[in-house]
Amino acid sequence: MLTVWAILIDGFIYASWLFLVAAGLTVIYGVMRILNMAHGSLYALGAYAAASALGWYYSGGGENLVMAFAIIAASAILIGALTGLAIERGILRLMYGRDEILMLLITFAVLLILEDVMKLIWGTTPYFAYQPYAALGRINIDVLTVSRYDLLVLVVSVVIGVGLWFWLERTKIGKILRSIIHDREVSEAMGVNVRRMFTITFMIGATLGALAGGITAPIISVVPGLGIEVIVLAFAVVVTGGLGSITGAAVGAVIVGLARATSIHTMPELELFIIYAVMAGVLIFRPHGLFGQVIARKI
Amino acid sequence: MKNSNQRPIWQKTLLGTATSVAMASVGVMGMAATASAEESFKVGFVTFLSGGASGPFGVPAAQGAEIVIKAINEGSLPAPYNTKGVNGLTLESVVVDEAGGPTKQVEEYRNLVQRQDVDAVIGYISSGDCLAIGPVAEEMKMFTIAFDCGTSRLFQEIEDPQYMFRTGLDAVADNVGAARYLAETRPDAVRIAGIQQNYAWGQDSWQDFTLAMAQLMPEAEIVNNQTPQLFQGSYSTEISALQTERPDIVHSSMWGGDMESFTAQANVRGLLSQATAILTTGESGLHRFDGQAPNGTILGGRGPFGGFMPENDLSEWFTQTYVAEHGTPPSYPASKAAQAVLALKFAADSSGAEGVPSSEQLAAALKGAEFESVSGTVRMALAGGHQALQPMSYGEYHFENGEAELRNVRSYSGECVSAPDGYNAQQWIKEGFPGVDCN
Amino acid sequence: MILEKSEISLIGAAVAIALASLVVPNWLVFTATLAISTALVVMGVVMLMRAGLVSFGQGLFYCLGGYAVGLGGRYLGITDALLLIVLGVAVTVGVAMILGLLVTRYREIFFAMLSLAFSMILYGLLVKSHGLGSTDGFGVVDWTILGFSPGSGESSSRTALLLALGLALGIALFLNRYFRSSLGLACEAIRENEVRVEYMGVSRKQVLYINYVIAAAVGSIGGSMTALAAGHVDPTMAYWTISGEFVFIAILGGTGHVAAPFIAALIFTLVRTYAIELAPNAWQMILGIVLLLIILFLPKGIWSLFTRKKGVAS
Repeated sequence: MLTVWAILIDGFIYASWLFLVAAGLTVIYGVMRILNMAHGSLYALGAYAAASALGWYYSGGGENLVMAFAIIAASAILIGALTGLAIERGILRLMYGRDEILMLLITFAVLLILEDVMKLIWGTTPYFAYQPYAALGRINIDVLTVSRYDLLVLVVSVVIGVGLWFWLERTKIGKILRSIIHDREVSEAMGVNVRRMFTITFMIGATLGALAGGITAPIISVVPGLGIEVIVLAFAVVVTGGLGSITGAAVGAVIVGLARATSIHTMPELELFIIYAVMAGVLIFRPHGLFGQVIARKI
Repeated sequence: MKNSNQRPIWQKTLLGTATSVAMASVGVMGMAATASAEESFKVGFVTFLSGGASGPFGVPAAQGAEIVIKAINEGSLPAPYNTKGVNGLTLESVVVDEAGGPTKQVEEYRNLVQRQDVDAVIGYISSGDCLAIGPVAEEMKMFTIAFDCGTSRLFQEIEDPQYMFRTGLDAVADNVGAARYLAETRPDAVRIAGIQQNYAWGQDSWQDFTLAMAQLMPEAEIVNNQTPQLFQGSYSTEISALQTERPDIVHSSMWGGDMESFTAQANVRGLLSQATAILTTGESGLHRFDGQAPNGTILGGRGPFGGFMPENDLSEWFTQTYVAEHGTPPSYPASKAAQAVLALKFAADSSGAEGVPSSEQLAAALKGAEFESVSGTVRMALAGGHQALQPMSYGEYHFENGEAELRNVRSYSGECVSAPDGYNAQQWIKEGFPGVDCN
Repeated sequence: MILEKSEISLIGAAVAIALASLVVPNWLVFTATLAISTALVVMGVVMLMRAGLVSFGQGLFYCLGGYAVGLGGRYLGITDALLLIVLGVAVTVGVAMILGLLVTRYREIFFAMLSLAFSMILYGLLVKSHGLGSTDGFGVVDWTILGFSPGSGESSSRTALLLALGLALGIALFLNRYFRSSLGLACEAIRENEVRVEYMGVSRKQVLYINYVIAAAVGSIGGSMTALAAGHVDPTMAYWTISGEFVFIAILGGTGHVAAPFIAALIFTLVRTYAIELAPNAWQMILGIVLLLIILFLPKGIWSLFTRKKGVAS
């Protein structure tokens, strides 16, 4: 029974983190049809920005926890939005209309460049901004313990998920975006400024990626190559859930999270396969993922 | 399908491209050849400059090597290395990134030897790279020192090595040492768990550790072993899984950022107040934990390196210079890199060669030798004189008033933690350490 | 058999490289061998690309070929290089025939991710195989070819190059014809419009399936050659970043001609090794910028340089 509880708690905590990482990816794909390989680098950028800002704050004698969270959010959002804008305006804009796979490679090139840019800015020494994570402490449940910071990540993740859903489904800009998702050419003909929507979407997606990194920064030690490890995981979640669907990303994250927790608690040696096995399994029965749309074939 | 019309053009261009590529390469070759003129000795230094191993290992190692190389050329090292240069020659280094996997490293190694014309190669943190480079070094007859990689298979795979050396210990020594330290300081521990990165290093370490525990603490029970991905970062689920097993001891061979993250998370989650962690590579976090590891956490440094360096002229000089340059004391990868460079200087100085010593002369000088290093006197006594035999140290982390230090340090002699020559390490442990000498 | 002009050029280029190997420095011989082996795998990626499929899991077959050589030498006692390569192809074709049934039903990103998943599952299996050295991999035994031992040092690397060159030439000649066979053309038609292909009475499933299996076999030969030349195999061969590299080179070269992957692989290898040497801390950035520039200015790959005079690419 203890194990079952542990699996549920761990599974949902991991799922909430996965959703944070995957949300930006799926938003960008849904609207722009770009599978952004550089998403992992944005995650790493956010983590580096938050970790160095926190380091600066704590070394200056700061101790206020609320202030620390404000710093995480501000630094990650700032760097995410700015980098997103730079990538979209500086590179992607020149490339629109290319093949989907070619766009994937363009973002791969961006990833390679960002990896070295980060190394030039932050060096290779790991950044270690544990203070907010340590300060929040833990909750004891029998022999199990849960870190309060992990619970906070869960809450933030739910808030972001609901916020995104509301934004897409209940606001005017969301309606416009959905029209682009549905048929880009027709919405362009109806007077939608698709280019501008692309800029906004990419900035939001990039910001979400950086925010995920910023929120994760106090848990981990921020090292070079961080983004590369995350990106395939995010891809797997998004493909399992169905590309471009927020609900899909959430459900995909929960499935992968629970499957992984089950494997770690019962058969730790299977952990490496489980994510790919879940993805392959889902795709075999639902070729476009759980919530993916089947695109009409054009003759 | 318009190919049919353009053949002559592509043919010409192809030849053109091929020629220019060849010309360019020959050009660079020529430059390399003139650069390594008579009065300098060129060494290739291969270490991680990108990826997750660069921060904790690759870059400190490069910095450690750089400090020693600089001092060698200035002649400012303490005795017995107070002569200028190696065998009187200026020591020049070419640094290469170790990232990209063994196949690519074999290619880069060949480039170093044949295109850059180096006179020796020092490098390799990853065991996979070491295993791939070993046979190539032998084939190309190039004096090569592995400074950090820990696989015990390195000299099992090379029969009768001639050119490949390792100036550090293998991972067997780490884990036998860990088991000995536990048996002496935590004899009542019953439930033993582990967490290792899911790759060869983690698997080998756990295997050697559990084998040694079966000999040294037969009453202890192995309750669980977690194998998270390399560079996973967050270990929330693994920590829960360990907690449900209520261990007394958690053994981990995780390194670098992963090790630091795990320790901090396990500390906050309370796992480390229930259990004591023994971290075989924990020394690299000694000055970075900042109290995030509980006092009493057991750290190893893969030998007498970093915080475990004995007090002697060389180690004092090295620590001071490193602190002055980089603001923090050297961690074990920096000391190990320094040791390899010192081994090179020792081999070159005592080779008796005129001018640039050949690989054969260097190998003959280092084989079975004893040389002074930052870790004390190093005896090249294993693998037919090609691998160092050194003591293994463990100690407890203590953090007070913003200062980190090692307490309760115990050191085990080389013969106590390493299999005698000719023995398969796992076999040696299983048979109850025949020929062991722990005094 | 009457040789076409294009084929004569290929043979000419192969002979030229073989002769050049006698005079160029040894490191270039080794680099060229690896580049040719890589190009063979890339060729498989290109074959799939011609049918509109992008595989992020071609490393699966590359790795199978490499491990077949390693294991065949170590456990079956086979030392003949050609036999080892054939062993690799046999295993790979077997695996590809099973996987092909499933993955050829998928398109676009789903094909990419599914092939990636299978490649990563193999990676996971190998990492878990402690007996096979896990991530450290293991060394390949000294090999012979038709009873002749290549010796060691320079003559060994030259023999490896000649072997790679011979295999590559054979494959290139075959694919050159294949691309213009009805099957090869059907692949391109599928990329343009699948539904119309069905209307014409061609089974796209069958076409894609056969194409997939051949691409896998070619990739396996590339993996085997890499293992023979480098003398070491490890699970990284199946890791997704390696597969990504193959796609990278495929785009670099373009799908215009069988020679394109070879030129692209050689340029890629040389750019990378010089970038690593000149800027050890920023070589990834250099690669990224080169890739962006190529996509921007040569959208059909380096090959379009050779066909530019004819205006729009084929």
